[in-house]
Amino acid sequence: MRYIMLVYETAADLDSRDDPTGDPYVAAWRAYHKALVEANVYVGGAPLKQAATATTVRLREGRRQVQDGPFAEAKEELGGFFILDLPSLDAALAWAARCPAAAGGALEVRPIDADFLEAVVRP
Amino acid sequence: MGDAYHAVEAVARASYGRLLAYLSSETRDVAGAEDALSEALLSALTSWPRDGVPERPEAWLLTAARHRLIDQGRRTHVRSDHLDAIRSLTEETAGPPAVVDSFPDRRVELLFVCAHPAIDPALHTPLMLQTVLGLDAARIAQAFLVSPATMGQRLVRAKRKIREAGIPFQVPEAYELPHRLDAVLEAVYAAYGLGRDETTGADARGQDLADEAIWLARVVRTRMSEEPEVRGLLALMLFCDARRAARRTPDGRYVPLSEQNPAAWSAESIVEAERELAAAAGLGGIGRFQMEAAIQSVHSERARTGRTDWGAIVVFYEHLVRIAPTLGARVAQVVAVSETRGATTALTLLDTLDRAAVAAYQPFWAVRAHLLRQLGRAKEAMESYDRASGLTEDPAIRRFLLDRRG
Repeated sequence: MRYIMLVYETAADLDSRDDPTGDPYVAAWRAYHKALVEANVYVGGAPLKQAATATTVRLREGRRQVQDGPFAEAKEELGGFFILDLPSLDAALAWAARCPAAAGGALEVRPIDADFLEAVVRP
Repeated sequence: MGDAYHAVEAVARASYGRLLAYLSSETRDVAGAEDALSEALLSALTSWPRDGVPERPEAWLLTAARHRLIDQGRRTHVRSDHLDAIRSLTEETAGPPAVVDSFPDRRVELLFVCAHPAIDPALHTPLMLQTVLGLDAARIAQAFLVSPATMGQRLVRAKRKIREAGIPFQVPEAYELPHRLDAVLEAVYAAYGLGRDETTGADARGQDLADEAIWLARVVRTRMSEEPEVRGLLALMLFCDARRAARRTPDGRYVPLSEQNPAAWSAESIVEAERELAAAAGLGGIGRFQMEAAIQSVHSERARTGRTDWGAIVVFYEHLVRIAPTLGARVAQVVAVSETRGATTALTLLDTLDRAAVAAYQPFWAVRAHLLRQLGRAKEAMESYDRASGLTEDPAIRRFLLDRRG
């Protein structure tokens, strides 16, 4: 089963990226990423630039609506995501708890809709 | 209101498991007994403040819950023999108070039901926590890192299985007792482990589960004090629990066992643990938990002698991995071997472990990193420190490992 893990991080945690060599949070991320890859569960993923860099687009009544900022404002922002291949949701939650962002922010874990993907989106 | 409310709370805390075990033992319907008991607790919350706390609150709850069970039975047309069983239970308590007070303690039977081979082993501990201790599904879900809804469904299914399969509420016969008792003790120990895993940082969330596990072991010991492994498990948990305060610095940093100050260990818990372990040894019949308790006993000796007898620990681990070759025991054995025969021998032993099994097993990588560092293989040590840090859930341990990594 494939799961997506959405990583919600606090502003302080996101700021630590500015100090990539000395910050323990960054060191923890490097270690976590390595553990995911070595455990053979990592499919893909990426860190995202700050939510302030986001642009949200809609079409309403034929008109484009373009908005500065993320789709949803929240105290913790979406800082990145992973796609993981794991036998069960329980295993996915275990990996989520190990994520360095879990201590200050939050992880949202959701199964990828493989049936829809295989049957409809790319038949 | 306040007093009556606290009275309900106090009886619920002290007697929940005893009441539930007794109520469900005849019908085998744990879920039905839970419903009846929670309805009885609810009605106590309304009637005790109004009419005063009854003289025998436990008996009051038992009688009220039984009436609910009979109502439930009428509604759902339970088998008539079950209804008869409930009625006869009710008659028993209608008698003089002396009879009421002595309603049998069937919690151990309930523990054997929870850890029955027909029940998924992953649910043994959750069932015990819910039925004997009265923890709610959300709290249990938190400990097991699953969603409350998922844990709720799993528990409901397990209780249905207990009823439908007719799992008997009894202590198994002698011929099957050893492995059935193992399952009960494993599940109790798992609750202790959860409590410890959950206790992250300086705060003590999850310590309640460790306390509950020790309490469960005491319940089993009350009835089965002649079983050496029961005493051994209690000793093991008490030895570990004695070090509770020493595991963290006041500012929340992780302190490994070798660097703990024995003055911070609880002498009281160690004394009780030693007494339990000695009692177990006197009963004859060595087992996994006694062996693990013996290892912890040697560690605890450091409080008295100022040193650790690693030679003794190595011998105990050799026995332990022979009777219970768990991954945890084998990794811990390597640490002991490194103390007596050096890091090179220890690393060779560590690398005999199955790589697939250890891919996501944090202690393996922490020990490997430690040994590689001792051998001056700095680059490989850093790799292993990273693996260990990436696999830990506890920010304090992660910090410790990353500091060591450098």
